[in-house]
Amino acid sequence: MTNLDIVLLICLVAAAVLTVMTARLLRSAIALALTSAVLTMLMFRMDAPLAGVFELSVCAGLIPAILISTIGLTRRLTPETLEVRRKELLRRFWYLPLIIIVVAIAMTHVSIPMDFPPPPPPAAIGAREVLWNLRHVDLIGQIVILLAGAFGVAVLVKEIKDGT
Amino acid sequence: MEPEAVRLFSIFFVGVLLTLLAGFYCILTSANLIRTIIGMEVLTKGVTLLMIVAGKAAARMALAQALVITMIIIEVAVIVVAVGIVLCVHKYSGSADAKLLRNIKG
Repeated sequence: MTNLDIVLLICLVAAAVLTVMTARLLRSAIALALTSAVLTMLMFRMDAPLAGVFELSVCAGLIPAILISTIGLTRRLTPETLEVRRKELLRRFWYLPLIIIVVAIAMTHVSIPMDFPPPPPPAAIGAREVLWNLRHVDLIGQIVILLAGAFGVAVLVKEIKDGT
Repeated sequence: MEPEAVRLFSIFFVGVLLTLLAGFYCILTSANLIRTIIGMEVLTKGVTLLMIVAGKAAARMALAQALVITMIIIEVAVIVVAVGIVLCVHKYSGSADAKLLRNIKG
């Protein structure tokens, strides 16, 4: 682990906080893409290029595009409604930022149990072999989930047609 | 586990926790359903990072990558279906306000 990894981690947390705290939804979606891009860099740094490529293409490309098109299709809440909701939520959850700070400080003092089983000897097994040979049942689940997603896209396209 | 792996996991775990808390904060405090989906996405980023770091610390990157790829596929399906639901809510209520979900019956 180098200093670059720590800088990237700080950038990731900053991008996530920016995503959450930005007032406008469009900027929030773009900040989400930035978060994914930083996470991709971390994945490449940690020798996970295959997952990194998926993260970059899907999470930094496809999902923000879907979110931005949805933002374009929906009407913005009126400023009065937003103000009322904001005050209501701030009244209910005023303690959450304090919890975040306290937990972050506490985590620096807590020792995490690290009694994992010893890693196997380094074998020349890659992610492709794991996915195709060891966890091939996952692929069936992935296909089913992709079909469910396709139905979701069908709903989305139907809504777009109805909206125009 | 090697001390270097423990150090890596400890440092990244703080970042993971902060990312997860940011996602929870977004979900809990947002009035807009699209922002709630964005909060879910931020949560997923934290979990993805946790899996990658755990894989690196345990020297099982191949398994971690396979699981992350599976998770990304599930994530896309969940987001697309959630967006479809948001659009349906918007169609029937004229707004993506989470409060209006309380009026849904059946």
